[in-house]
This record gives sequence, C-alpha cells and structure tokens, in this order.
Amino acid sequence: MNSSDQVLYNDPAPRLDRAGIAKRAARDLVDGTTVNLGIGIPAMCADFLPHGVELRYHAENGILGFEDLSAPGEGDPNLMDAGGKFPKLVPGMAFFDSVESFNLIRGGHIDVTVLGALQVSKSGDLANWMIPKRGIGSIGGAMDLAANAKRVIIAMEHTAKGDVAKIVEECTFPLTAQACVDQIVTDIAVIDVDRENKRLRLRETAPGWSFDDVQSRTAVALEVEGDLGTMV
Amino acid sequence: MDRSRSVSDSGRKDRTICLTVAINKIINSFEGAVADIPSGSSVMIGGFGGAGGQPTRLMLALRDQGATDLTIIGNVAGISKTTGYGWPDHLDPIDQGIFFESGQASKIICSFPVPGTTNPLSDIEKAWREGNAEVDIVPQGTLIERIRSAGAGIPAFYTPTGVGTPVAEGKEHREFDGQTFLLETALHADYALIRAEKADTRGNLQYIGTSRAFNPAMATAARVTIVEVDEIVEPGVIDAERVGTLSTYVDRIVKRAEGDPLP
Repeated sequence: MNSSDQVLYNDPAPRLDRAGIAKRAARDLVDGTTVNLGIGIPAMCADFLPHGVELRYHAENGILGFEDLSAPGEGDPNLMDAGGKFPKLVPGMAFFDSVESFNLIRGGHIDVTVLGALQVSKSGDLANWMIPKRGIGSIGGAMDLAANAKRVIIAMEHTAKGDVAKIVEECTFPLTAQACVDQIVTDIAVIDVDRENKRLRLRETAPGWSFDDVQSRTAVALEVEGDLGTMV
Repeated sequence: MDRSRSVSDSGRKDRTICLTVAINKIINSFEGAVADIPSGSSVMIGGFGGAGGQPTRLMLALRDQGATDLTIIGNVAGISKTTGYGWPDHLDPIDQGIFFESGQASKIICSFPVPGTTNPLSDIEKAWREGNAEVDIVPQGTLIERIRSAGAGIPAFYTPTGVGTPVAEGKEHREFDGQTFLLETALHADYALIRAEKADTRGNLQYIGTSRAFNPAMATAARVTIVEVDEIVEPGVIDAERVGTLSTYVDRIVKRAEGDPLP
C-alpha cells in the first residue's frame, strides 16, 4: 500500500514508452490544422505524424508554420520554439510578438493543443503547473492554451510514481483550467472526456491490457461504448 | 535628454511636455545606459526566455550597477542557467536569475520562474525558498496583455484565462454571453530593458526572427525604455514597412561591440 491507499498491481503487459504515447496522440491530429504542442511527450508528436498530415505549428514565443520539428535548425537563438528548440526556417513561416501570439491562443484560433498533465479530473479539469509540495511552479502559456484552444489533448503517463492515479474524481493539485480536456492519451489507454456529463469513456487500451487493468489504475469509473480498441 | 523626472508611484509615463528638439538617444556604454536606475525600481526585461531577444548586456550592466530592491518583470525568467533553455550549447547561459543570485531583486512577476527540475536549484527558487524574494506567477497571455494594456492606456481587461485556478483568487469575475471572465489590470514599469536587431538614430527598431516576444509591448509600458541593439543605422535604412517598435517609445539606444561573443 502506498500513501494514496492504492493497491499496486503487476502490469499485465509493457506500457507504451513516451514515444509510443506521442505516436498515438499524433494519430488523431488533422491535416491543415493549427496546433500547439507542449513540452515533453506532446512535443514528440511531431515525430510521428501520419503520412500526408501537415500541421501549422504555433509556438508561444511568436512563430507559426514551422513544419518539421524533427529536423532541427542551426541553433540560431533568434529562431527558437517555445520549448527552447531551434527549428528550421521554412517557406510560409511567420514571426510575431507575444501580443499577437496570445491573440491567437486567447481568441480561440488554435485548433488543437497537446499538453502534459499532473492530474485530469472526470469533468476535464486539468492540473499541470504545480506540485503543491514544491510550492512554486511555472504556468507559461499552459493556462491560456488549456482554457482557449478548440481541442485539448493530454499526453501523459497514466499514473505517477508508485502507480498513484493521475486520472481522478477531483484534482487536488492547483488547476490550470476548468473543464477543458477533450481526450487523454496515456501509456496504457485512450480516454474520451464527456465534460458535460462528467464521464470518462475508455476507447482503447495498450496491447495486453484489459478494461480492468486500466480501471484499477484510474480513480474514476470508466465507461465503454461499443468495442474496446487496441492502441497502435 | 532630461531624464530627471522622478519615478511615479504608478509607473505611468507622465504628461510632461518635452521641449527638446534634437534628441540624442544613443548612449555609448551599457554602464551609462542603466546608471540612473535607482533601487526600488520595477524593471521589465524583454525577450521570451533564452538568448534570443534578451537584453543580456543591459542585464549584466544593471547587475554590476548594484541597484537593490528591484522588481523584475519577465516571462520565462530563470531557467536557462540550470537547463540551458534557449542557449547554444557551447555558452554558459545567462537569465534573469542573476538579479536574485546577486540579491538585487526582491520580487519577480513572470509566467515561468522555475524549471521542472530542482536539481540544481535555480537562483530564483533559491531566493524564494530562503524568503528573500516574492514570486508572482502570471499566465503568459495575461502577462503580455497586462503589459500591452499599460502601454495602450487600458487600465484593465477581462480574460477567460485562469478562471477556476489559483490566479483567479480575489479577482472580479464577470459573465459575458454565458462565459466567465476575470478582470486583470495593466502592468506598468519604471524601466524596460529590451533587445532589437537594429535601431535607427531616431529609435525606430527592427526585430529579427523570434526575438520579438515581449520586447515590443514592454517598450510601450515603461517610463523609460532602453534598447540593446546589434546595429545603429541612419533613418531610412530600416524600411518604414519593417519598423517593429516606433521611435516614440524608445528613450535610450546602446549598441553592442562588434563580434560580441554573447548571442
């Protein structure tokens, strides 16, 4: 037993690695949309776009239209993305200041954002900027993105250290935004958030993982509608 | 140009009419450009975080000048030194943590004060843990809009960002068309230290790439705006179509040395 009174189960099969989470999250990204990828696993989605899908990436620091994040640029500090990486200059790219950058976000012009999370609740609340024990954290653009992007996808590991559930009835960590999450992609499951009815629908599990395996690592009752798919 | 005006409590540009006709905004040294910044000032630091767009030479000059009890206003403020964020690999990164390492800053207002890791501890987090610095964490979009508003004469605005989070505590909430918004207020400063690629002798600025970030808005929101540039050119060299910050906002211009090894 750990501090959260959760039973530690043996995993029935390997969980996906970080790249595997990113690959699955990337599969639902739609060609031609404007997308903002958060740091960590979300940024890795760029490496796994389905064939033929081109996105217009936006980064908070004032860049739109860099297409291939997996091919790094020259390390020019004046050609950076918000994660601190240096992309390549490509035709059709645009630079702008932070006022414009957050007009795009706050104004609802970002189609999809993929973000990491510490906790997600059944009503789609997101907590991803501060661990209470530390007492200090960084918000960056996360609150603006989570509250205002048209679609919010969370890409994260399903549980925290010691198999502590991150998908919970109510977030106990400080919120980033209320009722904002549309979908959660983890190392063992894909879950749709029905925010209106405060329900979580399990769509897919990792290979070798059953409904019960995922449910036992989730602090919210999961529902299934139709066939349960396998993450690929 | 006469800069004897006192720092007003609100940090607003005062309405004194300046009768000076020919204004020389060019200062010959970084030391000279920040010499009069008094202790207790609020100082905006431009850029995004990382080397690009950061007024690194002005920052180092203010650190060496020694003013204390500073309120620093930045964005991604103090993570480069410990993580290398936004700096080329071969250089030792410099970030806004220098004012906390030196004990000069008593407060920071920013969106991203600390990195994910606490090993090693950043200078801002160290100062905060030791009770030597107040940290005011503001969502990035709210921060830039507060700065923009200050420069644009807007005292406050409603934003959807932050509703239901700790940043909403104590703030006025109001509904528009069924959605809840927060009232946020303008953020002024006494000084803005900013960075541009080029200035003309009038003070029109041209930016390059992703170096814009917080620089153009901060230029409008401070009582005194000081810009660090790589090049100073005659009027007309910066195409009128490409002016990124208007000369009206710029009070002092300092040029970097040729071949400065810092980005």
